[in-house]
Amino acid sequence: MATLVMTRLDPQSRAARRGWSDLTIRNAFIIPTIVFLIVFNIFPLLYSLYYSFTDFRASTNAPANWVGLANYRELLNDPFIWANFAITAKYVIVSVAGQVIVGFGVAMLLNRSIPFKGFITTLLLLPMMLSMAVVGLFWKLLYDPSFGIINYALGLGRFEWLSNPDMALYAVAITDIWMWSPFVMLLSLAGLSAVPKHLYEAAAIDRAGPFYTFFRITLPLVAPILMIAIIFRTMEAFKTFDLAFILTSQPSAEVISIRLYKMAFQEWQTGMSSALAYIMLIMVVAITNIYVKYLNKVKER
Amino acid sequence: MAAVKTRSEVALNRIAIVSVLIVTIIFLAPIYWIASTAFKPRHLATTIPPTVVFQPETSPFVKLFLRRSQLREQPTPEEYAAAPWWEQLVFDGGEKVVRDGRGNVQFSGYPSRFMNSLIVAVVSTILAVGMGTLTAYGFSRFKVAGEQDWLFFILSTRMLPPVVVAIPMFLMYRWFALNDTHLGLIILYTAFNLSFSVWLMKGFIDEIPREYEEAALVDGYTRMEAFFKIVLPEAATGIAATAVFCFIIAWNEYAFALIMTRRDAQTAPPFIPSQVGSGLPDWTVIAAGTFLFLLPVAIFTFLLRNHLLRGMSFGAIRK
Repeated sequence: MATLVMTRLDPQSRAARRGWSDLTIRNAFIIPTIVFLIVFNIFPLLYSLYYSFTDFRASTNAPANWVGLANYRELLNDPFIWANFAITAKYVIVSVAGQVIVGFGVAMLLNRSIPFKGFITTLLLLPMMLSMAVVGLFWKLLYDPSFGIINYALGLGRFEWLSNPDMALYAVAITDIWMWSPFVMLLSLAGLSAVPKHLYEAAAIDRAGPFYTFFRITLPLVAPILMIAIIFRTMEAFKTFDLAFILTSQPSAEVISIRLYKMAFQEWQTGMSSALAYIMLIMVVAITNIYVKYLNKVKER
Repeated sequence: MAAVKTRSEVALNRIAIVSVLIVTIIFLAPIYWIASTAFKPRHLATTIPPTVVFQPETSPFVKLFLRRSQLREQPTPEEYAAAPWWEQLVFDGGEKVVRDGRGNVQFSGYPSRFMNSLIVAVVSTILAVGMGTLTAYGFSRFKVAGEQDWLFFILSTRMLPPVVVAIPMFLMYRWFALNDTHLGLIILYTAFNLSFSVWLMKGFIDEIPREYEEAALVDGYTRMEAFFKIVLPEAATGIAATAVFCFIIAWNEYAFALIMTRRDAQTAPPFIPSQVGSGLPDWTVIAAGTFLFLLPVAIFTFLLRNHLLRGMSFGAIRK
């Protein structure tokens, strides 16, 4: 582990003379975690990198044959995979936009003197803490065309949500918006409460209108934190599996994770699915990179 | 608000309060619906218009825990009278309790799945928080070459899509016979939570002044003694918050559990949806199972309320 090679600590300190040295402690504290993550995250990925160049099928005992880049070529030329990516993109846009609008809107409302503000905020945060799969399942009952409370409350009669190819993806997105708007709200509230009050007072003295105040003061100051929320939710929405998998089996709502799951664990195309997993992986690592940059930026403030 | 409020400001505030109230009701409606369905008799669960006021009963919970089968013929009045109250509730629903050859009551799949969830979540939380705290201390107090890169590496393992990791893990677990075992899930959840725990704990430990330990070192403590006697007690709140977060994440996880477990080690999240087979599901029983499963998380959310922001932003945003 070359990079963990010692940077010098004071060898004259008492701690260095008695008991474990700082160097030993540091390595004993950090290396197990790194090794654990390499063994259980990186090594499996190397394993599947190999399989992504083969025609291996985990359901048979047939040995894996090296096929080179054929899996990748086939995937990237497959219009159905591109359709899955397009569905995922649509899902990401709808659900993240919905979460930002609802979450930021509610945060703006809560950023006033509201009675029981703390309690209400915690209540509103409840959905995001719950299990997506288990709560998602219950939304099946809420969406039910004949006795669901959503159709009843909105007066939609027997409107089909989850079994309707045009609506299924939006229904999943609505549930996702319900679950994760609170997350955007939580981060927005932190951003809003950090805006110095004197800026608003100055704007009021200058008779700035509410729109001017919002776009010139509030939004620019909340933007960095809002950006973190947006990138994080984008990444999560891109990876989304639980909700869409539980709620609907419509092909029009088959996001890329579900395609990957089916390819790997229902069709047992292990080699091909490993290649698709790698395509996804590269995209996720790219988004993570951007995310961490923003995290560090906010941290430094 | 020091300034005198104008009439329009007061009106605006009233509108905001009413809007917040409406939003809160809409957001809590699905959760209320789960909780109320869990106490409904079956015939009231799927009515039009929806039933809001009803006599709550415990039959969904009784049915949740017992293995039942359809009644072929009605029990005789003597049989009915001799049955304990919970068996009568099952009879009332047109079902009977399944017993084995010796007459022992058979339990449904739910209690064992709930226990599996508990075992896997608790053990993986202890491991992730334990290792995470040590690693966070290492990164917080000592110089590590390429620190930012290591921290990025640690975080990036957390961002991997579960299904992507599950493909090779499934094959490796098959090799080591770890599929459908508690240990297999515990390892996965520990790995999944470890990076989260490192990031969160690093934030907490960074906040503990180094002077505390330095004073202890001057007093003749070794570094390890200072860590255990000074840093850990100071970090207790942070450790508790991190642990609760890790527990919730492991408790809620679905994709790994779906792929890696079938029966013996299956946790509640893949089990509860599997109850909705073909035909008309009994939503009251599903609601009861969901209710019991969500209850601990709801309680923890209130305990955690002051740490939610920090936790959800991986320790980056503090207040």
